[in-house]
Amino acid sequence: MNTQKLLGVAGFLFAVFVLVPWGIAASGRWDFYYTLTSVALLSIGAAGVWLTFYIGRINIGQGAYALMGGYVSAVLIMKAGISFWATLPLAGLFCAVISVLIGLPILRLRGVYFAMVTLVLTEVTRLTALALSVTNGAKGITSIPLPGELSLFGLTIVPDFATMQNPKLAFYLLAATLMVLSYAALWRIVNSRLGHLCRSLQQNEELASSIGVNTAYLRVLAYAISSFFGGIAGAVFVAISQSIYPSSFVVTDSVNFMLYCFLGGLGYVFGPMLGTLLLYFGWDLLSIAKQYQLLIYSSAMIALMLAVPNGVLSLLDRKGGRK
Amino acid sequence: MSTILEVKAITKRYGGLTAVNAVSFDVAEGEILSVIGPNGAGKSTLFKLISSFVPATSGEVLFRGAKISDLAPHKVARMGVVRTFQETTIFKSMTVRENIIVAHQLRAKASLLGFFIGSAQARADEEAFGASADDIVDFLGLGAIRDELASNLPQGHLRALGMAIGLATNPTVLLLDEPFAGMNHDETMNMVANVRRLRDERGVTVLLVEHDMPAVMKISDRIVVINFGEKIAEGTPAEIQANPRVIEAYLGSEDAAIGM
Repeated sequence: MNTQKLLGVAGFLFAVFVLVPWGIAASGRWDFYYTLTSVALLSIGAAGVWLTFYIGRINIGQGAYALMGGYVSAVLIMKAGISFWATLPLAGLFCAVISVLIGLPILRLRGVYFAMVTLVLTEVTRLTALALSVTNGAKGITSIPLPGELSLFGLTIVPDFATMQNPKLAFYLLAATLMVLSYAALWRIVNSRLGHLCRSLQQNEELASSIGVNTAYLRVLAYAISSFFGGIAGAVFVAISQSIYPSSFVVTDSVNFMLYCFLGGLGYVFGPMLGTLLLYFGWDLLSIAKQYQLLIYSSAMIALMLAVPNGVLSLLDRKGGRK
Repeated sequence: MSTILEVKAITKRYGGLTAVNAVSFDVAEGEILSVIGPNGAGKSTLFKLISSFVPATSGEVLFRGAKISDLAPHKVARMGVVRTFQETTIFKSMTVRENIIVAHQLRAKASLLGFFIGSAQARADEEAFGASADDIVDFLGLGAIRDELASNLPQGHLRALGMAIGLATNPTVLLLDEPFAGMNHDETMNMVANVRRLRDERGVTVLLVEHDMPAVMKISDRIVVINFGEKIAEGTPAEIQANPRVIEAYLGSEDAAIGM
């Protein structure tokens, strides 16, 4: 890694972990914590969607895994009394396992066919949550306790959220940390041979398999990682809102995850993060436009897609004169 | 020379249409064997059957005595039978060198997790792939376009790149699908020389499908002729040129007097 990249990473971490909390404290806009926490969590989900794009599949089903992850965490906390911190990886793993089972048959599909099936998946998950007794049907699961203390070898890493003066800040830091970890993993995948292989799938699956790439395995692996991210994001959302309903994540959310990727840039690892920030934050800021919010938002989105079809990050490349 | 590949009464039907009908032939280790035939004779289907890209309706293909015709394509490739494609099938948004490097997958010793965490084995692999890719680039004389994006390459170079990708897998048997298509005379002669060197210097057995008759006659040790999905002749280039059934298939019997 060269100095420029290292400085970039340091600057980014400084902005996320120091500047943002400082700025919010100075301006007194505490509501921004909720917005930015959501941005961080949604961008984790979007990172997963982006990875499925990277193997050449349009994924409009991330909402399903966010919902699943949320329910797994909620059920484990409420019914089994497991700590939130343990349910977090379990929610991710559960989603990864389910996505392997679902992915094995559906990842053979390409293009719009795969996209349609994933779209349906979100609705199927919602209906399943509505029908099962363990998810408590339409009433959902409520009054979920805040995350407790996280300690390792008797050392307290995170104190009990319920005893905190400012749990909003704590949630923000948690979401931001998870986001940083997710994107570090994604960056590593893309910049290792693994990413090279994913690109070979995206560009030509037939050729990839003729040179010995186990395409079916790699597709399922990428989809499982993608769904793991979705599950993690969903679980933290539930911890924040302390409740989950079948309608907590719906088709619109799945579509949004995809849009974040599109607008940020499918060719850039940090595209989905920027896309999430712009779209989600933009939507929030536009609330001052009252009834015109959706009109302005969607017009801006159409304009962006026309102006920068390769995502906002492609502007950087254009300025730098690179191809 | 021992037999390396046996095609045994392989048949492929698409609904009522028989694309390949009970074709049998043997390929000897280290030979260059061409499959020729008029358009629509079933050559490409035969190739897909041998590389196991389409399942056979009946019959089988044996590689060193082991059946490969019902394995997944990547497993067949792993055993050493690798195909290139008729269409200019390459990874378009990668450079020539990246194309060749990614094609080294069969030689990877590190696991995917190893590549993710950057294990010692993974780094050794990466280094070996890079060196081998440069070696292949030099072997095929692609040095000038090493870092060119594949989508910018002209037809002739794309064919060469397709072959380079095939070579990267370290094949025992390389199936070349129309390697000379779309090439001018000089490019063709260059490619003919490359295919020869592939066999002579690297010991690769080459099976190719081709339209370019002069090139086929020049390059092949033996030729198998297919028409309407059936094998109609097999022999050395001289035998094939003199075979009346071949002349009939290509020119129609009345034009036989013209000769080939």
